[in-house]
Amino acid sequence: MSIQRHTISVLVNNQPGVLQRVAGLFGRRGFNIDSITVGASEEAGLSRMIIVTTGDDRTLEQVSKQLYKLIDVIKVVDLSSNPMVARELALIKVNAEPAARPEILGVVETFRASVVDIGPTSLIVQVVGDSDKIDAMVELLKPYGIRELSRTGVTAMIRGSAK
Amino acid sequence: MNVQTTEKSKEQLRAELLKPDVITGSEILLRSLLLEGVDCVFGYPGGAVLYIYDAMHGNPDFNHLLTRHEQGAIHAADGYARSTGKVGVCIATSGPGATNLVTGIATAYMDSVPLVVITGNVATTVIGTDAFQEADITGITMPITKHSYLVRDVKDLARIIKEAFYIANTGRKGPVLIDIPKDVSNATCEFHYPESVNIRGYNPNVIPNRLQVDKMVEAIAESERPVIIAGGGVVAADAAKELLEFVEKTRIPVTTTLLGLGGFPSGHELCMGMPGMHGTYTANHALQNCDLLIGIGARFDDRVTMKVDGFAPKAKKIVHIDVDPAEIGKIVETAIPCVGDVKAVLQLANQKAKPAKSEAWIEWIKETKRKFPLRYKDSDTELKPQYVIELINETTKGDAIITTDVGQHQMWAAQFYKFNRPRSWITSGGLGTMGFGFPSAIGAQMAHPDRLVVSINGDGGMQMCSQELAVCAINNIPVKIVVINNQVLGMVRQWQEIIYDNRYSHIDLAGSPDFVKLAEAYGVKGLRATNKEEARRAWAEALDTPGPVLVEFVVPKGENVYPMVTQGSTIDEMIMGDSE
Repeated sequence: MSIQRHTISVLVNNQPGVLQRVAGLFGRRGFNIDSITVGASEEAGLSRMIIVTTGDDRTLEQVSKQLYKLIDVIKVVDLSSNPMVARELALIKVNAEPAARPEILGVVETFRASVVDIGPTSLIVQVVGDSDKIDAMVELLKPYGIRELSRTGVTAMIRGSAK
Repeated sequence: MNVQTTEKSKEQLRAELLKPDVITGSEILLRSLLLEGVDCVFGYPGGAVLYIYDAMHGNPDFNHLLTRHEQGAIHAADGYARSTGKVGVCIATSGPGATNLVTGIATAYMDSVPLVVITGNVATTVIGTDAFQEADITGITMPITKHSYLVRDVKDLARIIKEAFYIANTGRKGPVLIDIPKDVSNATCEFHYPESVNIRGYNPNVIPNRLQVDKMVEAIAESERPVIIAGGGVVAADAAKELLEFVEKTRIPVTTTLLGLGGFPSGHELCMGMPGMHGTYTANHALQNCDLLIGIGARFDDRVTMKVDGFAPKAKKIVHIDVDPAEIGKIVETAIPCVGDVKAVLQLANQKAKPAKSEAWIEWIKETKRKFPLRYKDSDTELKPQYVIELINETTKGDAIITTDVGQHQMWAAQFYKFNRPRSWITSGGLGTMGFGFPSAIGAQMAHPDRLVVSINGDGGMQMCSQELAVCAINNIPVKIVVINNQVLGMVRQWQEIIYDNRYSHIDLAGSPDFVKLAEAYGVKGLRATNKEEARRAWAEALDTPGPVLVEFVVPKGENVYPMVTQGSTIDEMIMGDSE
């Protein structure tokens, strides 16, 4: 069976410890977490976690079934089995002496990213997109010297009216 | 007292308990436990549960058994639960009290035993400050509980208890922990015990899928060499009767796993005994040659399948009946999944069941059973441990509640005791917890005051919870405690002999106490036997003595459990040992 990357949406009760329950389950069962994001959902009292994991179909089936065994888990959906929108945000603090700025701004513009802070010798670039786009942006900024990189991890949703 | 007045007083008690008084968290806890029908709680007090123990003081309706270690309390609650099917309850204080429960919680979790575990914690105002006797017990036990609660507001307590009992004893059963901070146990609110529970994220899938059951029925009718593995799920679902009917209608030979023993009568012509590492020749070879394998409430544990790659290689289809969907396909590829309550699935199947084409297969199995029964080399000079089990079996007619510890004696008991009824075999299968055997018997005896409860232990495990002898003595709990003393950690010795080339490392238990004197020191009668005649006499005396008795059977240290399949082998690669 082929190892694939999956993006899973997990709707959970917004209870203390729920992140620990979910993350702990992945850890002890040997499931991989590439990224995990948590935030409010459309319903009060429920949070939505988006977890990017890698594994074969059998592992994915186990992930889903084991998640459902947690009392605080309401719904599990493998988003990546559908057409989906997946987005990540990154903040990149890059070295930017005044002389280098125009060049960097050119890169930022091409990526439809934005500069959200300017310091004496650095810029903070904010970029939103799928993970590949962010990877590419990071690669392009590397030659200038990246001082700090912070990525949110992927959040995602199925396109259209499918739920 | 006649039955009617008992019933009436029960009703009266219930009405009293349900009164919407303003009461403390501790009183809410006790009332809720009584409303859940809890008739015995096992526990050990301490600082963080002082309000709870204060509420017990002078409450004649509430029955609490003080053990001598928290581990004893939780294993007793476990024995209570396994022998009844009811939820077992134990209480411990915060910090060390709570952490002493961890092994017991894991034991119950691995074997899907319904427990509600109550722990105290430090006050909410100091949680997170490393306060005296503070431990994050909900965090520690997250991987080994079905669910857990940290109660932050007394107003939530009644609902949480109701939910905890529901979660523990429905679906795939398991332990639920309720952590109650000290201030919550003393805070007050008006008591309302909910009539029902509504947990959005918890809807166990118990109703069987007709289509899958039909597929199973068809697969059976076409099969020539079918085998059933019946596991602990048969016992947990109280489905022994349904299984018997199913087997008789379909004519499928049965192997019962360690936890499934008693779920199908050992003496039945289609019973092949236990499979796996120390399974019978017939069961293991039947599994390797079957064309249809039906797992019923069994989870294809590694001690059953051994090398998974070579397990049941000729099975064209595997059917798996289990209440836990996550078990389907976890270890073996399953063609026909039947998720649901085992009893409900079998009831549905029994309406349509047709016999398999298994008569030739059954003949082969009967023949194999005759040719390769469980055997051991008996001796006239030495007392063999297997003989002791046979003696217990013979004198109790397979009708006692047997609890065991873990190791060689456990396997011999599983092999040589002939179980006739469910919930009469209590053993730590999944976790393999030493120290479980004796305290679990106390719990089983509390639940069944009129039944004979025999606790079979090794000399190693007996020393892990021997302090509970005090509980038997002071409360006159008439458990018959068997210590099969071979002066070593026998199962470890066996592995070191067979797999580690006779390199015996730290298995000698020299320095163990005189078990007879140990029992007597607690006020429990102690007897010793070193040969067959003494064994028969001592055991007869133990059975004739009201109250608890410890009988030490001194056996040779070199005896091994056979058959044996070593790790990495398939289940038909069996070392037959002495019985060859």
